[in-house]
Amino acid sequence: MSDHIPASDPDSPVITEESLKHNRGFVQRLTTSVNWRTGILIPLLSVITALAIGLVIIVLSGSSFSEALEAYGALLQGSVGSIKAISETLTAATPLILVGLSVAIAFRAGLFNIGAEGQMAIGGMCAVFAGFTFVGLPLLVHLPLAILAGIIGGAIWGFIPGILKAKTGAHEVIVTIMLNYIAILFVGYLLKTSLFQREGRTDPVSKNIEGSSALPQLLDWINPSMRIHAGLIIALLAAAFIHWLLFRTTVGFEFRAVGANPAAARYAGMSVARVYVMVMVIAGALAGLAGGGQVLGVLERVTPGFTAGIGFDGIAVALLGRSNPAGVVAAAVLFGGLRAGGQQMQVSTDVGIDLISVIQALIIIFVAAPTLISSIYRLKAPAASMQISKGWAS
Amino acid sequence: MDLELRGIRKEFPGVLANDDVSLVARSGKVLALIGENGAGKSTLMNVLSGLYRPDAGEILLDGVPQNFHDPGAAIAAGIGMVHQHFMLVQIFSVADNVVLGVEPTTVGGVMDRKRARAEVREISQRYGLAVDPDAIIEELPVGIQQRVEIIKILLRGAKVIVFDEPTAVLTPQEVEEFFGIVAELKSNGAAIIFITHKLKEALAIADDITVLRSGKVVGHADPATATPEELASLMVGRDIDLSVDKAPAKPGATVLELSEVTVTDDYGRKLLDSVSMTVAGGEIVGIAGIQGNGQTELVQAITGLLPVETGKVLFQGRDVTKLNPRKLHQAGIAHVPEDRNHMGMVGSFSLSENLILDSYYSDQFSKGLQLNRGAIQESALALVQAYDVRPPNIDNTGDALSGGNAQKMIVAREFSRDVPLVICAQPTRGIDVGSIEYIHEQIVLKRDEGKAILIVSTELDEIFSLADRILVMFDGEIVAERLTSETTPTEIGLFMAGNRS
Ligand SMILES: Nc1ncnc2c1ncn2[C@@H]1O[C@H](COP(=O)(O)OP(=O)(O)OP(=O)(O)O)[C@@H](O)[C@H]1O
Ligand SMILES: [Mg+2]
Repeated sequence: MSDHIPASDPDSPVITEESLKHNRGFVQRLTTSVNWRTGILIPLLSVITALAIGLVIIVLSGSSFSEALEAYGALLQGSVGSIKAISETLTAATPLILVGLSVAIAFRAGLFNIGAEGQMAIGGMCAVFAGFTFVGLPLLVHLPLAILAGIIGGAIWGFIPGILKAKTGAHEVIVTIMLNYIAILFVGYLLKTSLFQREGRTDPVSKNIEGSSALPQLLDWINPSMRIHAGLIIALLAAAFIHWLLFRTTVGFEFRAVGANPAAARYAGMSVARVYVMVMVIAGALAGLAGGGQVLGVLERVTPGFTAGIGFDGIAVALLGRSNPAGVVAAAVLFGGLRAGGQQMQVSTDVGIDLISVIQALIIIFVAAPTLISSIYRLKAPAASMQISKGWAS
Repeated sequence: MDLELRGIRKEFPGVLANDDVSLVARSGKVLALIGENGAGKSTLMNVLSGLYRPDAGEILLDGVPQNFHDPGAAIAAGIGMVHQHFMLVQIFSVADNVVLGVEPTTVGGVMDRKRARAEVREISQRYGLAVDPDAIIEELPVGIQQRVEIIKILLRGAKVIVFDEPTAVLTPQEVEEFFGIVAELKSNGAAIIFITHKLKEALAIADDITVLRSGKVVGHADPATATPEELASLMVGRDIDLSVDKAPAKPGATVLELSEVTVTDDYGRKLLDSVSMTVAGGEIVGIAGIQGNGQTELVQAITGLLPVETGKVLFQGRDVTKLNPRKLHQAGIAHVPEDRNHMGMVGSFSLSENLILDSYYSDQFSKGLQLNRGAIQESALALVQAYDVRPPNIDNTGDALSGGNAQKMIVAREFSRDVPLVICAQPTRGIDVGSIEYIHEQIVLKRDEGKAILIVSTELDEIFSLADRILVMFDGEIVAERLTSETTPTEIGLFMAGNRS
């Protein structure tokens, strides 16, 4: 029979109808195997190209070329130019790693978790509650308790779309988007209740967490303004854990099988519904942990909008990292660097931090459309055009 | 239009799929292309249709060298390919599918459905391809869907037409009709390349036969004089025994028993209508029937993939009617599914992962949560060797396997389990004669070990050479039961067509 997919042929020059026939969903296309070309070369060239276009934008908006270079100098300086800069980069990267993993693991099981933002918000609320409610506990009890509260909050918020998908077939994209709104508005509401609101304030701001629930700072002995905290270690452990879970365990085997071919998974005796619920709970837990980490490591309290769109950036991080835990870490560090450097750029030059969002968006466009990159750099035809059918993760 | 391929070479990482292949297909003639699984037939045709760029070699049409950058160029040059898996939009009408990509439009770019319908009608009349232009694809039988594919390429002006295993999924009647269509195309001057594993078909309709083995052309045969045995040994490089040797069955205790099993679809239509049957240890029961008469549903009902509405399924005396697929698997049912690409494997998984697809959780392959990678690799290597899956690289993905080798992999996975009941749906569909011989041997071996074997096949030949007892399904019912030794293909054929015993 003529039935393997020519698309998996790295030398095939075109989109093949045969590959389309398999009609893999958008999501599945994000998670096929990674080689050096799609996993490293294309993302790298995407970043370089996006930065180059950013330069052009600065010049077009009225700055001289040397001013533009200066702005990029500040960007570099602010992201990796000093220990303080690196600390800022990694501080920003910490929640990005976790939400990136959240989106990535859902991708692997064939689900599109748009809800990391909301899961993060609920996780943060639960963590701050545990953080200010218990007084007088030792750090070794209080901190894990607060972290766990964040994880559980996010997990519950992930469980809802998971169970709705499993039981009723409700599309997780719609449900998670709606749950984002609910979560964010719910946070605004709770912050005005006496349960959360700080005494004597009329604006929505929560009580401060107890010191015994704060994530330890890592470099404050060098300089108290270094914000990098132990959440980074937790995030890296989480990445290692997710890698292990996905590729070394029976659970991950089920996740990947369901994501790649639900019919075969069912034939093999897996419960597709159970996988949907499980993976959304894990995805929610990761995002909740990200929210908790922000509260316990950086913010110490919750204000409306404390999630700052990090949950949405998680989608970009997962895409750039090809839904691979190691790739997610690398992509999160890159985005963290752009955020930290962007601050510096804004402070020391005329170029606003909005440029960073433009660059991030460009990176994602290029990663999503690898053919564009291949043709810009005249990479040898092969895999390039395949990408159209196999998508950005092949 | 005459087609010539000269010295085509195509290499995949680690596999030389086509090695200096030359062949000629002439206008008004049928060239049959045969060869083992993985011989390189599909690859060669993908080169011809512009899906792959050859590493070396030339494609000539009427003596003029061509350079196909993409499938569009090949189509424009008059090459049409009917893939085994149809590329149709299931929810579109026939006419919409046929004109997809070359839609006739009226002023302002509005699609001209009337003309689309007229074009479909015109072609179906000219070539005798009866199809209703307004029918929705998903409601049509496979044979008709294939016609839609043919109309599609004819509309695009195909003069060289490639059929990749067109008959594998057709019913015997549809095969007859298909041969009629081929004759019609021939008389209109098309050059036809016909890929098949069914040697009798090649002998019946080809004007010339080219044999590929390991990527090379190893011979030609003249259909007027060649025999199936000669072709088989040319393909495989050794003598092939096409008959199955087996001693009379010694049926033991009943392993599987169905009593009045009924399954209905969402609209209340009966897919299985009060089916009762038994399979005993040490016997092979064959389910004969034309595709779509409930065989698929029967297997799915037994394996827990389809809920049984009324009736009972007993496995080794125990009521298993309500068990889920995992429980039934654990109870001891092995299942080679009918649709291997869709159900039998995960295309993006490696061979070693696919080989544990339904037993990854067992003690052999995991400890607690953790997969035991050493054991998985070891077992995969052993299976790939034992069942001769080629190429034997367990890190390749399932997608990279040729059709027949994918089937061998699935058979390897299911047959390696030591369980009382083995269900095989279309065990040798798309498989070359050498592998058929091997898989048939394995099935008989399982039987002689005392296992109960249930075979579902639309190939009467296969049913007759394997089964000890034959059940015929028609319209969701079992309409006849015969011992193989006491019946004939003609009698069974009549039952398949709806005659009652
Ligand atoms: N995309 C691919 N990537 C890697 N190897 C491939 C790919 N496509 C085909 N091959 C290999 O090339 C060889 C020829 O495969 P091909 O599909 O052409 O065989 P075939 O003659 O059509 O077999 P079958 O009768 O089983 O369909 C096989 O060894 C196959 O594994
Ligand atoms: Mg083939």
